[in-house]
Amino acid sequence: MFEQTTDKNWSLLDKQVLETEYDIVRIRQLIRSHAKGIQMGIVDQTRITTAVSELLRNMYNYANGGEVQIETGPVEGKMALIITCSDHGPGIENLEMAMSDGYTTGMGLGYGLPGAKRLVDKFEIETQKDKGTTVRLIKWR
Amino acid sequence: MNTDLQEKRIPIIKIRDFLIVSIQVDMHDRLAIKLQSQILEEIAKTGAKGVLIDISVLEMVDSFIGRMLSGMATMASIMDAAVVIVGMQPAVAITLVELGLDMPGVDTALNMEKGMEMLEKRMRDQQVEDF
Repeated sequence: MFEQTTDKNWSLLDKQVLETEYDIVRIRQLIRSHAKGIQMGIVDQTRITTAVSELLRNMYNYANGGEVQIETGPVEGKMALIITCSDHGPGIENLEMAMSDGYTTGMGLGYGLPGAKRLVDKFEIETQKDKGTTVRLIKWR
Repeated sequence: MNTDLQEKRIPIIKIRDFLIVSIQVDMHDRLAIKLQSQILEEIAKTGAKGVLIDISVLEMVDSFIGRMLSGMATMASIMDAAVVIVGMQPAVAITLVELGLDMPGVDTALNMEKGMEMLEKRMRDQQVEDF
């Protein structure tokens, strides 16, 4: 999974479980502090925190929660923060549609995935019907 | 859970014709929805003509909170009250635009004082029209 950007040299900073609405707030604050921790600039801290918040809400609304892994390490030779969100939800039926602006199945405004993608440097997604969805966000420092 | 919601209650202060709300916590979704209805109830109760919402402490506004703010502005305008969002951090503004979120009907001001001036000017203009 995600072969191009999986690197053994990444170090795990944190691993969190998303179950409740409060976890959305708690985990996005954690992301912010890790972004700060690797000396990311204030705008990029805000971008990655906001992108993760969008994904967490998707996971909470559509998949009953999931897991978030926070790592740091080199991506294409540059230091990055790598956030991997995975759930065991229904999967995304039409990925192309879900990635287009304004598309929503009803619970949101449809900014979640395409918005999150615009806020990070690399965005990877894998989804399988009835198995779940994994999204990886990469933001260079 | 209930106590947690009560702990994080966001105060709404009325000064003359205006309501002043300072959001000092990172809001979870239900708290944001609750704040929205509290402000609207307060407008109905007091007949306030304007609402100043200070978000200078907020380090992030995602699509949910953005939607809550613009929805509230629309609802308040139906109730003849204007909403001004005050003190948005530059990083938050940049991120909101990149996220692609439009916030129609939302007026913004750099700080509380400018926001108050905006609302006062709006009231004066309205009085002239009425006259």
